[in-house]
Amino acid sequence: MRRLHFHPCGNYRESYEEELAIFETDFGRLWVLIGLVLLFGVIPWVSSQYMLYVLNTIGIYAISAVGLNILIGYTGQISLGHGAFFGVGAYAGAILAQRVGLPFILVVPAAGLVTAAVGIVFGLPSARLKHLYLLIATLAGQFIIEYVLLEWESLTGGPNGIIVGGASLFGIDLGNDRAFYFVIFILFAFLTWTGVNLIRTRYGRAFIAIRDNDRAAEGMGIPVFPYKLLSFGISSFYAGVAGSLYAYYMMSITPEPFNLWLSIEFIAMIIIGGLGNVPGSVFGTVFIVALNEVLSHVTEYLMNVGATGMAITMAPLREFVFGLAIVLFIIFEPKGIAEVWRIIRSSFRLWPFSY
Amino acid sequence: MEFFLQLLINGVSLGFLYALSALGFVMIFKSSSVLNLAHGELLAIGAFLFLLLSAWAGLPIVVAFVLTLVGTFSLGFVVERLFLRPLIGENLIEVIMMTLGLGIMFKGLLLFIFGGDIHSYPRFLPESLTLQLGNVQIPSVNVAAFIVGILFLIVFGFFFKYSNQGIYMRSVADNQPAALSLGVHVRRVFALSWAIAFLVAAMSGIVLGIINGINVHELSAIGLKVFPVVILGGLDSIGGAILGGVIIGLLETFTGGYISTSLREVVPYIALVIILMVKPYGLFGLVEIERV
Repeated sequence: MRRLHFHPCGNYRESYEEELAIFETDFGRLWVLIGLVLLFGVIPWVSSQYMLYVLNTIGIYAISAVGLNILIGYTGQISLGHGAFFGVGAYAGAILAQRVGLPFILVVPAAGLVTAAVGIVFGLPSARLKHLYLLIATLAGQFIIEYVLLEWESLTGGPNGIIVGGASLFGIDLGNDRAFYFVIFILFAFLTWTGVNLIRTRYGRAFIAIRDNDRAAEGMGIPVFPYKLLSFGISSFYAGVAGSLYAYYMMSITPEPFNLWLSIEFIAMIIIGGLGNVPGSVFGTVFIVALNEVLSHVTEYLMNVGATGMAITMAPLREFVFGLAIVLFIIFEPKGIAEVWRIIRSSFRLWPFSY
Repeated sequence: MEFFLQLLINGVSLGFLYALSALGFVMIFKSSSVLNLAHGELLAIGAFLFLLLSAWAGLPIVVAFVLTLVGTFSLGFVVERLFLRPLIGENLIEVIMMTLGLGIMFKGLLLFIFGGDIHSYPRFLPESLTLQLGNVQIPSVNVAAFIVGILFLIVFGFFFKYSNQGIYMRSVADNQPAALSLGVHVRRVFALSWAIAFLVAAMSGIVLGIINGINVHELSAIGLKVFPVVILGGLDSIGGAILGGVIIGLLETFTGGYISTSLREVVPYIALVIILMVKPYGLFGLVEIERV
């Protein structure tokens, strides 16, 4: 039997494979295993109905945030249209399920592919544009997609939206929160695993090269434009999968939620979580969803204790706190929660001889 | 013909509003190359401060106006010092997210203080400014907007071209390390450019408030309409912002008048994508040449 790996007290790596390894020690593997057992064996059975709803929301948004982090954090292409792609995924899922009548297991990947195609089309401006010009182009994409969702009534149902029937998988009804929890988190685990590993492949390394210096990347023989499009495609695929799950979970969709605000929330998630860090996108999602829930609970509480007037004036403070969280994170911890987490972990590991 | 003329005039006045709201945005970009996503909120801050001083505190219009300018100018310094200065030299996305976060904060704060209703100023513009063109009447506020826009163009055109501060600002936007090594006080330039941008935004916000009424949601939405305008005109060109504003305004009213009203809201963004694909630096923008 192989000996357990512990943290070495220096850099003793001898090969490129060791440098690329995800788990430095065997304890890393153990922790992931414990995490998976908790995620699937314990949490769904002890959580209340409300907790399951929050967790499901986190799972859906986290899938999408991981996709956005591949585009912004790893490839360096800033996109303000991710919320719209999420909406395209939701509509693609709803239309494929209701109008075409595909089963759930086909709808989700198909919606992902449709969204990836749309994402590639809206990524085309990246051929000529970068930095803030690309950002403005994706902002325009956001508005154009919102318009199409609202106005193409024969396909999307316009402002009335589409009602999505209950999902079922292998004869199991996915109508309740707990069953859907498993679907969301199995997909989440799979897609996060794919995301982490994608970065280690030649594609991921090409993305990082483009982010760091696209001219140099081109000089080293990376076809920059196709790789940028690929990155747009992959990130939109994640958004599409998450969007179709959202459509099934919410049972009915309208164009309303897929506005610029959602795109901003997605960017806030990966900024607060940590750019260029897959686990970071998950931390950021947890933070933003939790913040939203806490703030709406505070408002609700004030309503209930009779301070309705106060609750109404408090409502805009939700936006204020949201903005403040973004601002404070950028000033004090630009690398996000992932960095905080790393510092905490290493201070435990190095205790009491930290230097 | 009557309809066409009406649309033409509506379009030009709408365009001047866009141009006016774009000016502060161009100011910031020209002097520090920061893309300000909080611009709509800056308009709203100026408009509400003026409302507070003129209508609610009951100060004379001129005093209230001067106080608003002084107030927003100082606020610009404070905001730069607290939020933007730590980011000098940071990545683009962090600066952009910072302005976005600031925008959300300001909006929340304004909604908290003033609520989401539409407020309005007491009437103070002389009626004699109203213009009569054939059968079409142009209200005095639009004439005022026109005059203010032209005034800005001239004043800031000269400021950037001939004054020392203006030249420092352009040098900082163009190449920060080179400007530093030639003895330009970069931090002072940044502070001053945000203060001026707040001031310009406040003036535009007041004019917008006179015409459309003062509402947090509407003013912050105009902050996004600025993008097609400045991209068309060139991100760092004040004249371009005015011409771009007029073109986008005309495009909107003619689409609304002849094709469909629902298309009206989105047509500037379609135009935006086309311009970006064909001529990314706009009509009068400075073309950035990248060297390896």
